[in-house]
Amino acid sequence: MGEEVKVFRTWSSPFALRVVWALDLKGIKYETIYEDLSNKSPLLLQYNPIHKKVPVLLHNSKPIAESLVILEYIEDTWKHRPLLPQDPHQRANARFWIKFGEDKVFPAVRDSLLKQGKEQEEAHEAALESFKLLEEELKGKKLFGGEEIGMVDIALGWLANLVSVLEEVLVLKFIDEHKFPLLSAWMRLFADIPVIKQSWPPRDKLVTKYIAIREARLATN
Amino acid sequence: MEEEHNKVTLHGVLNSTFTKRVEFALKVKGIPYEFVVENLTNKSPLLLKYNPVHKKVPVLVHNAKPICESLIILEYIDEAWKNGAKLLPKDSYIRAQVRFWISYIQQQMFEAMTLVVSTDGETQEKAIKELYEKFEVLEKGMKDLFPNGTFDGKNVGFLDIIMCSVFGPYKVQEQVLGIKVIDQERNPIIFSWVTALNELPLVKEITPPHEELVAVLQTFRNFSLNLAMLDHLIAIKVCVLCSSC
Repeated sequence: MGEEVKVFRTWSSPFALRVVWALDLKGIKYETIYEDLSNKSPLLLQYNPIHKKVPVLLHNSKPIAESLVILEYIEDTWKHRPLLPQDPHQRANARFWIKFGEDKVFPAVRDSLLKQGKEQEEAHEAALESFKLLEEELKGKKLFGGEEIGMVDIALGWLANLVSVLEEVLVLKFIDEHKFPLLSAWMRLFADIPVIKQSWPPRDKLVTKYIAIREARLATN
Repeated sequence: MEEEHNKVTLHGVLNSTFTKRVEFALKVKGIPYEFVVENLTNKSPLLLKYNPVHKKVPVLVHNAKPICESLIILEYIDEAWKNGAKLLPKDSYIRAQVRFWISYIQQQMFEAMTLVVSTDGETQEKAIKELYEKFEVLEKGMKDLFPNGTFDGKNVGFLDIIMCSVFGPYKVQEQVLGIKVIDQERNPIIFSWVTALNELPLVKEITPPHEELVAVLQTFRNFSLNLAMLDHLIAIKVCVLCSSC
């Protein structure tokens, strides 16, 4: 019985990478379809008519959109190599930190890229505050998931790659090794895990991409 | 000893959609709990201990361990109490679609409604238009996902709870805003869904009186509009100062 699994992604989307990591960690075979977001395919528009974004997972012709929804779906469907703990309270704790990443960490880092002046300063401050809480959460652990990568590591994994790219683009420090030793160690450890390491988009292309995004945004302001 | 260990406490406030949804879920599952009313202008040491990151309600405490964030609490309730009604569907694909729509209602529609409530003039007109567009999207989404009907009148799930907590009080919203929120002709599926949910004894039990909710929402609207005016006044004052230099 063949299971058809397809992933719609772009070469650089950090959200799509979450889906790639989850599937790769669970050893699930899938086909990759690269989208050009300036020229979205009819298939993408059909499978994600509401948001028209990547990633989309297609499983036996049924589409699922939104990276965190997809992660929970992957976990529900392929139960080996679990990404969430078994205990309900620990699961709730994992989901808490995933949500924290989405609601606090990501917007602060994104706004540091897209804004300037006082607004950028405030966003940068907020990002640093959020990193302090992540640092606390890592006490006694090498990964957010403990000994093995879990869903929290996957959800926050974009930090391990994009932070240094954005530090270069913005000439702004986010995660100082001395201020955030545990978070820095986590980033290095996570980035080097073979399944993760093989997936990183080319760094120079990422730098170019984010410089362009910032310039375009500031030009419209 | 055992009683203490299994004790369930909900820290919340009386008129919040977020606290309400947890109450709803606990009652659907038939879980007895103690309700601790928090004063958000004077947060209790317990609340700060249980939710140090956000310092918000609701917080559920079970077996002396806290769980924060209403949607996460609902998932926890479903997973920790395995017997009885399930809040999430068994089929993992439908479950994913339910999660998708919960996220849509919470992030897109609730935010849109908040904008409508807290603004006026052109900003509000634009926000109303966007809200109506999102209702269209939800209407179609529910039609596609549940061709046999969104709610059978009996089995309350996660999606019903969220919809009820955000748009159950739509008549309150309509009264305060002076606009139609759920139009029976435009959104027949959503209209009959919310109407059926509001008729449940459980919902009636946990919903405060209409006039009370109107007062709360009106206060929130007034406060938001005054804040906006204050920002505007500060901006003007700055301009005047600059031009006089």
